[in-house]
Amino acid sequence: MRREPGRERGVTTDMYAIVAGGGKVGANITRSLVRMGHEVTLVEQRRDRFEQLEAELGPIVLQGDATEIHVLERAGIARPPEIVLAVTGDDEDNIVISQLAKEGYGVPKAIARVNDPRNQPHFDILGITQTVCATSGLLGLVEHEVPEHDLVKLLELRGEGLELVELHVPPDAPAAGKRVAGIALPEGAKLVSLMRNGVGEIVRDDTVIRPGDQVVAILKPGVEDRLRRAVVG
Amino acid sequence: MKAVIIGCGRVGSSVAKQLAGDGWDVTCIDDDENALSRLGEWRGGFVIGHGMDLEVLDRAGVATADAAVVATDGDNTNVVIGQILQRRYDVGCVVVRVFDPRRAEFYAERGLRTVCPTKTAIATLTDVVRSCDASPVGSAG
Repeated sequence: MRREPGRERGVTTDMYAIVAGGGKVGANITRSLVRMGHEVTLVEQRRDRFEQLEAELGPIVLQGDATEIHVLERAGIARPPEIVLAVTGDDEDNIVISQLAKEGYGVPKAIARVNDPRNQPHFDILGITQTVCATSGLLGLVEHEVPEHDLVKLLELRGEGLELVELHVPPDAPAAGKRVAGIALPEGAKLVSLMRNGVGEIVRDDTVIRPGDQVVAILKPGVEDRLRRAVVG
Repeated sequence: MKAVIIGCGRVGSSVAKQLAGDGWDVTCIDDDENALSRLGEWRGGFVIGHGMDLEVLDRAGVATADAAVVATDGDNTNVVIGQILQRRYDVGCVVVRVFDPRRAEFYAERGLRTVCPTKTAIATLTDVVRSCDASPVGSAG
């Protein structure tokens, strides 16, 4: 049956978003959301930057400190928006904006930028589970390129309590030459896919792991070492 | 009893001295080493560093502190550090200075002991004027 993508999708994806912080990150997110047809208010504190953004994006830009409740209220926090993106250059501000949005106004989703990865535990303990940290992300990519690291974290799904890791299989690995079903994986870990000679594939029980494979696994945090021993050695 | 003061400015340093005078074992944290001079003859602890830095908090001994006062110059820094002290270190009495009345109220409703000097100033200034002999035009007699 043929679908009318525009109309069907239009209803479900239309959302209201508040973006706090008009730096490179906030400005680009705003541009993308607007292009996708969403309603956005961008809050920027600095007068000169605000004027620049207002000239480009028009009246959807608001000048003020997004950690002040009256500024958030002017931005429409009480509606409430479907999502708040706290992406200023200050981690304390991003924590407070997320808390005001979620706890004060029942915003269902708040995503916070972590500028300094050393502040990540603060976000975690204060219940801000959806965070993005460019430094940690880049470091993960670097580790991904360095073969000495035999287990690399690709993605942390904090809300779900799961993570995706990648393992590099050396020639003498216990998993090398074995069918997936025959590998003694720890409880709470599952092999998902592998990359061989530049081609990715989903693993099945009868897939045979070969030396040189890069295997992606999903697991509960804490079983990394046992997974590594079972696959890499 | 042990107290940690985070932010050793005019307010933090004075609170530190008063508590030390009451017999508390007090350690101050400030990222500016010159803040030590505000404490005068100081026999308590002093750690140079930022209050968001867990290593700095650990060195100041927050894990065994009975009370903490957070009075850096940033409202958001103060409420974040205050919550860390409560949730991560289980400090029994955490008092946080917040200049913005609405944020002070928001976090007070969520179990943080906030002190808002702005609110106090507004109330005091209003009360002093009300208690003056002068009356607003039209209300006399």
